Amino acid sequence: MSEDIVAALKDNVIQGRRTKDDEGIEEDMTGTPGVLELIQEALDRGIPTEVIITQGLTAGMQVVGEKFSTKEYFIPDMLASAEAVGAAMDVLKPYLEASNVETKGKFAIVTVKGDIHDIGKNIVSILLKGAGYEVEDLGTDVPTEKIVEFVMEDHPDYLGLSALLTTTMVVMGEVIEALKENGLMDKVKVLIGGAAVSDEYAKEIGADAYCVDGFDAVKVLDAFQGTKA
Amino acid sequence: MSREGILIDTPYERMTEKQVTQIHQASMEILGDPGLMCFNRQAAEIFGDNGAEVSSVTTSDHSCWLVKVPEKLVVDALDNAPKTVKLGARNPDNTLVMNGEVPRVYFISGSETNIWLDVDFPTYVKKSDPSAEIQVPEFHPRRGTVADLCQSAHVCEHLETLDGYIRTVNIQDKDITEDNKDVNKFFASLNNTTKHVMSGLTNLKQLDNVVNMAKLIVGGEEELKDNPIISFITCLVKSPLQFVEDTTDTFIEICRRGLPVVVSSSPQAGSTAPIKEAGIMAQINAEVLAGITLGQLVNKGTPVIYGSVPVRARMDTLGDSYGSVETSQYNVDCVQMARFYKIPNYSTSGVCDAKIPGQQASIERLFSDILVTLSGPQYLHCAYGLLDCNSIFCLLQAVLDDAHFKMIKFFLRPPRINETEITEVFRQIREVVATPQKLYIRHIRPVLRSGEISMSYPFEGDGETDSVFVLAHERMKELLAKPVEHIDRATTSKIFNEIPGLLPRLNVYEEGR
Repeated sequence: MSEDIVAALKDNVIQGRRTKDDEGIEEDMTGTPGVLELIQEALDRGIPTEVIITQGLTAGMQVVGEKFSTKEYFIPDMLASAEAVGAAMDVLKPYLEASNVETKGKFAIVTVKGDIHDIGKNIVSILLKGAGYEVEDLGTDVPTEKIVEFVMEDHPDYLGLSALLTTTMVVMGEVIEALKENGLMDKVKVLIGGAAVSDEYAKEIGADAYCVDGFDAVKVLDAFQGTKA
Repeated sequence: MSREGILIDTPYERMTEKQVTQIHQASMEILGDPGLMCFNRQAAEIFGDNGAEVSSVTTSDHSCWLVKVPEKLVVDALDNAPKTVKLGARNPDNTLVMNGEVPRVYFISGSETNIWLDVDFPTYVKKSDPSAEIQVPEFHPRRGTVADLCQSAHVCEHLETLDGYIRTVNIQDKDITEDNKDVNKFFASLNNTTKHVMSGLTNLKQLDNVVNMAKLIVGGEEELKDNPIISFITCLVKSPLQFVEDTTDTFIEICRRGLPVVVSSSPQAGSTAPIKEAGIMAQINAEVLAGITLGQLVNKGTPVIYGSVPVRARMDTLGDSYGSVETSQYNVDCVQMARFYKIPNYSTSGVCDAKIPGQQASIERLFSDILVTLSGPQYLHCAYGLLDCNSIFCLLQAVLDDAHFKMIKFFLRPPRINETEITEVFRQIREVVATPQKLYIRHIRPVLRSGEISMSYPFEGDGETDSVFVLAHERMKELLAKPVEHIDRATTSKIFNEIPGLLPRLNVYEEGR
């Protein structure tokens, strides 16, 4: 029975169904339990969080990734699945904390001062949350001082800086300088992304990595996980 | 059931009503003076018997008559010609129903080229960096064969946007003669596609063999009338204004049998027609009307299609320039003239000057395909796979063409704006603006696989790599690997027993195959 719930969880991640009201890719799924209902049922039955995550959520996302790479799935499918997993992780968070299970890390993301573009930032947030990271979205047009203050007080493992415009990408360099001045650069990995920036630009301003898109961000962060281990 | 085609709600027209009337009146005047030179005795007699002024013109080596066609004969013929023409198919779901007043477009292959273009992809290594390799397409022209015709019909059967099949390649095998060409080209086509098959006829003596073959497939004479799985193209009028001897005989016999037939004229602006638009239009319209008139005089009510293949001459060679902008203008004008007469139209697009697939071919083809489609011809000979005007057929190009016709068809879908849609819009907007991320992505999924969203170009490579030809070639091979529904064993056996001249190797049920 526990196996059935975990298998259903995995299947619903693949179908990208957050709740019972969502449609799946297959027909006639609306009304059947989605990821959130199944998570609750799994917890009620005492299924270990580790099993829920590894055999349900992560296993489902792995299939989604494979389907995306073979072009069977598109970005909206990936995002729906990631969103479902992200919502599941919110439910699991207190259980993980109670059992001292470490998450993959805290990721803060922000569109820098002067820039209000946030589509890319929002997609990165959904995908990283779906990949098991704790995501804190600081919003758009955020002053540099506020970003530094957040890093100082909340200790994120990663900081994502987003900018669409060539006029605002320079602010990313200013954020890094401010982090250095406050002795924070060795405490947080800084990733940059956005249409105007590049790998070269990341190196130029001293960022730890450049991410071409949300999927790349997941890969880059997972690679940092590897170095942590 | 018939194929859906694509209905053009508001057809694109270039000429004003007044200009249409001016072309019509000019054509009528041309039919009366100078009239047409007629190298076919039967046609001259038929016109003469029906009130046309016919006078003998003596030439040294040909019998010839000058036929002046009175307007009344033309007007009566246009009244008698069916306004709806049905083209049947082995699979009745592939039937084409064409009404001269309804701009529903069917996309058709063609025409008969002498050259078949093979393609392969040799690998090239960069001199300065031997680890860098690329695949470059190489094209190899050769004479077309009956096996090529089978292959092309097979692939065309599986091309989604292609509604009907005009034979693509002239079969030039050593064992193909003038006496067996027609039966073999029709059988090769019919046996490999369940869509409608249209072709020209090489030898009038073969007409009854071809018709009898079609009767065997559908089950008899009445069945063929009800489901005409074959039809014919005839260029009985050679520009300027000449009924040719042999094709006119063929046309008359097809009309006598009541089978659908395209009255096609292909003047070249600059050489066999005036270079200016008004001139070529007045002449081609006169030529087609003369053919339609003859057809109705032979057999009142015979299903005829207004066939237009006008082209501008190249200024450097005086060859055809199907890729020229004016060629599309002429074709759009012809569609408008046919609609004025309420006769279904066969028009031309997609024929290009480029000799191999590539950027020039894509630009020339897409330009005319979009414009002529928008004008609403019922039977658009949009020439899947055709290159170098009418000289080369390339199966890879046909697969590429199918991809862009999907885009054209998608674009021409009517807008879906109604109360239900607007209600759904309110729901989505109110829901999304209340979320922190403000993205509509979640609402894409219900329509993602419903066909409501157009897909990316199917032959897109990764990153900056141009893989169009390689991917289209893979698609072509996939289509060739998909089975087609051949004519059943018993009917095939009857056909091979009763129709002379068929090549044994075309019998897919024969032992050893």
